[in-house]
Formats: sequence, structure tokens, C-alpha cells
Amino acid sequence: MKAALDRRAAVKALLQDRGDLLIVSGLGSSSYDVFDAGDHPANFYLWGAMGGAAMIGLGLALAQPSRPVAIVTGDGEQLMGLGSLATIAAKKPGNLSIVVLDNAHFGETGMQMSHSGLGANLELIATGAGFPSVSTIETLAALNAFRPKLHDLSGPHFARVAISTDHVDRALPPRDGVFLKNRFRGHLGLPVN
Amino acid sequence: MAASDTPTTGSDWPLEIYNALKAADVRQLCYVPDAGHSRLIRLAHDDPAVATTVLTTEEEGVALSAGAWLGGQRAVLLMQSSGVGNCVNMFSLLQSCRFPFLTFVTMRGEWAEFNPWQVPMGKATPSAFEIMGVTVFRIDRPEDAGEMAAAAARLAYDSDQPIAVLISQRMIGAKKWTEAK
Repeated sequence: MKAALDRRAAVKALLQDRGDLLIVSGLGSSSYDVFDAGDHPANFYLWGAMGGAAMIGLGLALAQPSRPVAIVTGDGEQLMGLGSLATIAAKKPGNLSIVVLDNAHFGETGMQMSHSGLGANLELIATGAGFPSVSTIETLAALNAFRPKLHDLSGPHFARVAISTDHVDRALPPRDGVFLKNRFRGHLGLPVN
Repeated sequence: MAASDTPTTGSDWPLEIYNALKAADVRQLCYVPDAGHSRLIRLAHDDPAVATTVLTTEEEGVALSAGAWLGGQRAVLLMQSSGVGNCVNMFSLLQSCRFPFLTFVTMRGEWAEFNPWQVPMGKATPSAFEIMGVTVFRIDRPEDAGEMAAAAARLAYDSDQPIAVLISQRMIGAKKWTEAK
């Protein structure tokens, strides 16, 4: 895994010039990475709901079809919701991207190896589910080449980003779900009462 | 032996529920199919103003409903009682963020049930909702369906509450397990 990307640098590069991107981050390190890249009212950080990040993204993408929506989550979180890849591929929202930060381990719980480390190929699963656009990202150059897809509204896109298991310090976003929900809706000009 | 998927119904209560959802401006409808929901599902598919999403498992619909609300739309989840247990942990999302949530649940395992495997989750359905803070309504008579759906929608979307509306198996009609001659 030594050649793999640093997760913080990868997410920072991915979200550079984010424009009108709406982001849902999966619980654990993915939420820390998105927060560390720069807090924003259009970030909805999950601290639970494991397996649900992609589906929150689908509901959001269908409700806001003119805004690009990115899910940034981990291999463990996505593995718990593999069925949602079939659900999303069946619906084909052009404005939705699923980005899986894959270190092949459950990083938050003691670095047990995950299924992606034990042979599961997430790109093949996404392809088999019906995603029309599937990317493997193992270098910063590939990440930079992928970044415009987050904004092109021609998805749904699935990308697996191979990241290192190297330790990074936690960066903790707000944990109050009601605050995060109202901040997000306020950003979209929606009522918050 | 193929079981008939056509439930016996006494009135057009699915249309009453659908009209209440339309009046409440529900724009997304997601479901794990159930024969008892088949008319509601068809009504939604025929309506270009409602985005329908078929799910692989019920908890996907809890997460989708939360995402829809984040984006300014109202969603509803249709499932049968056997799927309620699948949702339990995902209900935490509703509580943690005070998301509105509305689901209609066709009951199995309670009225003239032929399949014993449906009974345990059917019996546990109301309490599975209640332990996670979801308020449970129940429709036993077709003539109450429209009013109950409208009240549930108001409580969910206007008061930010998670609401489940159970539809009794007696009302749906017991599933027929033998072919009509």
C-alpha cells in the first residue's frame, strides 16, 4: 500500500475548486477528510448511518438535479450498502458521483482487513451493478483527471481511490445532526424551521 | 404452484392514500415491492411529477428519504412488515438529525396468514418502530385511509416527525395461494 495516495491530500485535491458541489461524507475517516479539506455548509458529514451514504446521495441528487452531488466514503461503509449501487445504477442520476476511499481496511475499528483487501473488486461490483462510468484512481494525476467528472452531470460516476493505511490525525467535524441538516438546507435556500 | 399476487380489496383506498401524498407535495416514492402496495406503486410510476426508486433493501429508503429532505423534497417509503427490522439502525439517522420520515407498511403475519415465516416480524413490527422513536399509525378500515395518510403526512413533514402507517392485512386481503379455476 506504500505507493497508494495519502487520503487527506487525495480528498483535498478532489474537492479543489468545488464550486456548487454538494457533498455527503461517510462516517469515520471519510468525514474527517472532507472536513479537513475545508468546512462548508454544503458538506453533510455522517457520524452514523453506516451503509447509507450513497442512498442519502441519491435522494439528494434526485431533489437537486441541477447541482452536482458527490459521496465521499470508505470501503467499509460502501461494502455495507452494496445493494445501493444497484439501486443508483437503476436510477442513473447524472449528477451523482460515488467516490470510495479504499484502504482495504476498517480504519476506525482497529485496521481489520476489509473485503476489498480480501479480494472483492469494487469497480467490478459497480460495473456489474450497472454504473456507466467507473474509474480506478491510484495516482494524483489520475485523481486530477477524474475531478471534472464530479461536475459534468453525465454520471452516475463511481470511482475507487486507492489510499494508504498510514495514520493521519483525526479532524473532527460538527456532530450535531440537526445543525448540519439546517446548515445544508439553509445553503440551498430551503426553510430550516 | 404459483401464488396469485392480486390482493382482494374492498375500495380504492390506495388512490385515497396517493391523493393525500400528492396533496402533501410528496415528490419521491421508493419501495421494496409488495402485492398490497402494487396499485400505489403503479400510480407513482404513471405520475411524471413523482420520482420512483426501487430499492434492494428497505433501509435504503430511510437514507433516501433523508437525502431528499436535505435537497428540499418530500419522500415516502413503501414496504411490507418483513422489511421493518432491516431499517432499525438506519432509523438513528432520523433521530440524530430530526428528519421527517413517512412510511406505509403493509402488514403480513397477522390476519389469515398462510406463511408462518411472516409471523415473527409481523408481530414485532409496531414495537420495532417504537423502540426507535417512530410514531405508529394504523389503518384498519379502507374508509379511513385518505384521512389517516393526510394526517400522517402533516405530522411528518410539518412537525419533523418519523411516522409509520401500518395497513392491516385484513384490509389488503389475505394472499391467495391457490390458482383460480
